[in-house]
Amino acid sequence: MTLPARLEPLALARDATRLALAVTGACAGLVLVGLFGQFSNRWLVVGLLDIGHALMLAIALRAGMVAARGQSWAGAVPRALLCGALAGVLVVLLVMAARVANLRWMLVSLTPVTLNRVGYMLPEQQAMLLLAAGGAAAALLGTALVLLPPKARRLLMGALLGVVLAGLLRELIRSLLSGLGEIDGWAFSYDGLLPAGAMAAAGIGALAAARPGARHFAALPSRARLALQLLCLALLLLLPAVTNDFVAQVMMLVCLYTLMGLGLNVELGLAGLVDLGFVAFFAVGAYTVALLTAETAGVAHLGFFAALPFSVLFAALAGFLFGLPVLRVRGDYLAIATLGLGEVIRVLVLSDMLKPLLGGAQGIVDIPKPALFGVILGSPTRLFYLTAAFAALAGYCAWRLQHSGIGRRWLAVREDEDVAQALGINLVQVKLMAYTIGAAFAGLAGGLFAAMAGSVFPQSFQLLVSVNVLAVLVVGGIGSLPGVVVGAAALIGAPEVLRDLGEHRYLIYGLVIIAIVRFKPEGLSPAAIRQREVA
Amino acid sequence: MSGLLPRLQDGWRRATWVDVFLVALRLLVLGIVGYGFVAGLLHPRYGRDEWASFLVFGLVIGAIYALIALGYTMVYGILRMVNFAHGDVFMFGAYAACFTLIACNRNGLLATQPALSFALALLACMLVAAGLAILAERIAYRPFRRGRAMAPLISTLGLSFVLEYSARGMFGAQNKAFPSFPAIDGAVLVFGLSIPRVQLIVMLAAVLTMLVLTLVVMRTRMGTAMRAVAEDQDAAILMGINVDRVIVFTFALGGALAGVAGLLYGLVFKQISFFMGFFLGVKGFGAAVLGGIGNIPGAMLGGFSLGLVESLGPALFLEGIGVAAPYQLRDAIAYTMLVMVLIFRPRGLLGERLAVKRA
Amino acid sequence: MTELLRAAGVSKRFGGLLAVDRVSLAMAPGAIHAVIGPNGAGKTTLFNCLTSFTPPSAGEIWLQGARIDGLRPDLVAARGIARTYQNIRLFPDLTALENIMVGLGVRRPETLLGALLATPAHRATVAAVEARARALLLDLGLGGRGDRLARHLSYGDQRRLEIARALSVQPVLLLLDEPAAGMNPVESHAMMELIARIRDEHGVGILLIEHQMRVVMGISEQIHVLDHGVCIAAGTPAQIRADPAVIAAYLGARAAKHGMDALEKRA
Repeated sequence: MTLPARLEPLALARDATRLALAVTGACAGLVLVGLFGQFSNRWLVVGLLDIGHALMLAIALRAGMVAARGQSWAGAVPRALLCGALAGVLVVLLVMAARVANLRWMLVSLTPVTLNRVGYMLPEQQAMLLLAAGGAAAALLGTALVLLPPKARRLLMGALLGVVLAGLLRELIRSLLSGLGEIDGWAFSYDGLLPAGAMAAAGIGALAAARPGARHFAALPSRARLALQLLCLALLLLLPAVTNDFVAQVMMLVCLYTLMGLGLNVELGLAGLVDLGFVAFFAVGAYTVALLTAETAGVAHLGFFAALPFSVLFAALAGFLFGLPVLRVRGDYLAIATLGLGEVIRVLVLSDMLKPLLGGAQGIVDIPKPALFGVILGSPTRLFYLTAAFAALAGYCAWRLQHSGIGRRWLAVREDEDVAQALGINLVQVKLMAYTIGAAFAGLAGGLFAAMAGSVFPQSFQLLVSVNVLAVLVVGGIGSLPGVVVGAAALIGAPEVLRDLGEHRYLIYGLVIIAIVRFKPEGLSPAAIRQREVA
Repeated sequence: MSGLLPRLQDGWRRATWVDVFLVALRLLVLGIVGYGFVAGLLHPRYGRDEWASFLVFGLVIGAIYALIALGYTMVYGILRMVNFAHGDVFMFGAYAACFTLIACNRNGLLATQPALSFALALLACMLVAAGLAILAERIAYRPFRRGRAMAPLISTLGLSFVLEYSARGMFGAQNKAFPSFPAIDGAVLVFGLSIPRVQLIVMLAAVLTMLVLTLVVMRTRMGTAMRAVAEDQDAAILMGINVDRVIVFTFALGGALAGVAGLLYGLVFKQISFFMGFFLGVKGFGAAVLGGIGNIPGAMLGGFSLGLVESLGPALFLEGIGVAAPYQLRDAIAYTMLVMVLIFRPRGLLGERLAVKRA
Repeated sequence: MTELLRAAGVSKRFGGLLAVDRVSLAMAPGAIHAVIGPNGAGKTTLFNCLTSFTPPSAGEIWLQGARIDGLRPDLVAARGIARTYQNIRLFPDLTALENIMVGLGVRRPETLLGALLATPAHRATVAAVEARARALLLDLGLGGRGDRLARHLSYGDQRRLEIARALSVQPVLLLLDEPAAGMNPVESHAMMELIARIRDEHGVGILLIEHQMRVVMGISEQIHVLDHGVCIAAGTPAQIRADPAVIAAYLGARAAKHGMDALEKRA
């Protein structure tokens, strides 16, 4: 940009104002939807910064990055400073306006406490100064992230991420390290990350970002690299055994969603069939185990491992029957048709008509825990290993299928149905197989879920589950097996660990889905097929 | 006759076992419905007044479905994309209307000037919903206009979640009660039948809205442009039509209709919640497909049909089969019908009208 | 010797438009025939009828003595008709090798259990399929490009890969829709030789649509000329060259007297 010198300040003010308005809008949204209120009493770093304000600062930081785009230091720094400061002032002004207007009858999130918390309970002028300073600092940091040389940028990024992760995952880290002792008191307290711990986390983060061993690792022979990776995996699998039930529970959920994700991946990722009624197969699996094993309501009183094959079988059968009619439906209509079928199943399960069998809204309780050779798999840790074993088995099957002729036929149908058929592929057979196998995976997951929870209710089988699984795939990368694990860990594991995200998690899901589809459509872990070509 | 036999033979030669299964499924559903129908008629359980109230209620809910379906049908006609966020646009419209009415109630306007309050609520819900619909187009459609078919589907699903849980955060998780006002309470006698006044008003408002829409689509310059783009996008571009603007206008128009539907829904059901939009949206889409997607009169017909089936169905044939508490299965009927239409008659009752080429 | 292909009175109607109007043709095994005609004459529609992509409205189609019209497209393919497309339709996100293996796999299906357990029989099948796919690639001059995504291949390679994929289903009849479209004279000459070689080595009959008269006249034994869905002439290249109806259809009645030579020079 080569503006005349006189116009330069004007352009600067215009840019900064525009960005500040955007930041203010985003912060206002944060408060309005209740995210800020939820998190403003949670410390990121005890005594320094709560998560609510950290979110606001992250927005300002992003604005700083935008401000630096196509600018030199001389142009970017004043823009960032002005934008951050202005946004801070505007946010406090908005808070004052909200107090006067008193819209709480309409917007439940605008409680006086929340509004006070935005300004750190300070008088308005001081709050304004504080937020302006904070905003300016965050925006400056964002600018620095863009304009610093790569090496420094990476260190800074690593340090920031270290603090954020340590702060957010405090409970996980505490429970992981509880065996080591001695980190309580200086690094973490009951409330969260302490400043000293934050410094340590920043150091570790920066160190990790510098990746001192990366070159050595890359130089290792591929077999040794594989061994190291396997070692990491083994350590990860050992975690629940050496830590506590909370970790085991989270990892169990991740495995369960991995299992379902693998199933949907067969349908959507390989065969290209959108399925929003996926939860129905999960429900079939869960109710099968419930009916066959439950002590009071059950019909057969089988053991868990005797009932589980029926779960898979019945779910596969359901997939087959579902698949038959909806095969003829294409694209968007398929999404709606499967969604409708899934809802029909849920409504039927809830109804009085099937209540004598399925228990209606009261569901089926008293499902015994699985027992293997006389060992009752009751604790979360044991259940985790059970789930992980089945997830691994499913992963192996999915991997075999994907790289077999069957998998290639699915891919061909996904890429171009007409051409695939003209090559002699029986579309009905191939699609039905995808549906049936995908459903079988979901049935397995459902059976495990029933045993894990000890009870099944219709409320557990809402459309939300289907959407969650879809989101797992989208985030991990549709069609990618490692992506399923990555997606499950990111979408299911992270919110569990973040705990009090509550129902807000679905808001975040939505945002993440939109962002991924828009900016990273291949997902966080792209399908192996693309990597293979790059290699 | 001589021509028919070979054709039948030909048909058998080409048929697969899936076709056989589908025919069997069709017969099964027809059989169940038919049996229930007859059995229900043989043992009449409801009087004339009850049937009339089912009928009127079906028409009322059908009118709301129709208004939602219109938004789907117009957008799908042009872009061939399902907008999962449309139901949530409707939900926001309902909230906007609700808060306007509450505000009017607070300063007494609702009691003294019910018509003015109603007009204000109408304005608010249309503006909010149209704005949101435009936002949806910006976020979830425009970036993918030339992309893969799955991307907009997934991103509107994401947007739907964002809208739903934003509403939950902003307006609370509990149901919100619509303010009641005396002007719409009570019942009116029509042909000797007592019909709640609010249902009459809602019907009237819905029909008026559809009339206005027909005028907009048929008579205004923008409406003509809309039809042109729906017919053939490339040709429309060559004729100098600004397709982007037409698409935004279509979204806004569809959103405004959904907003009106939100207001009417609130008036009828007296309660709204943040999660009501999604499934109403799905049913609205079903209505649009039932009528023939892309077909504006079709969407109206589809909406009313769906409403009638949903409201009469349980009493008409589920009761006859001997299902306990058939009204719990109302949604199941609606979804089954939706799935059946998608499978057996995806072109709908009046035939689909879609853009020749995809964008 | 039975006929390879016989079409009798094949018609295809789209609403009010008769896109293909009572076309009949017969091919001997291993023959090369061409279908020519102006744009919109119904050539690709005829292909679609032969492969059942759009079943004909009337008429009968016989392949090796068995009636195939209206069969499901995959069954038609199983009987031995494979095709390529005017606008190349590969599986873009699969590698070249996988594109071919899809076709080969149809002939040698794997069992689900075999694939899951990696049984020795299954492994032998996979190895055989892959070896055959590599041989086909090599045969069509695509050796060394097997691990590239189809979308990243050059235009000429994509055309040849499409032919290789069609050959992978071991057809008795190959339908080529404008195999030399968009190629310069050198390339289209090479394509012509390739087509002839494929016929000789694989023993397939070939029916091709082509606009480049040089290619058509060079390799076809029989030529069928379509105009407005009607087959206005059929015969050897020499006969077609001299047929006044053909010249009229191509160049208009007035230019007819200049003859087909002018057309060939233009092409």
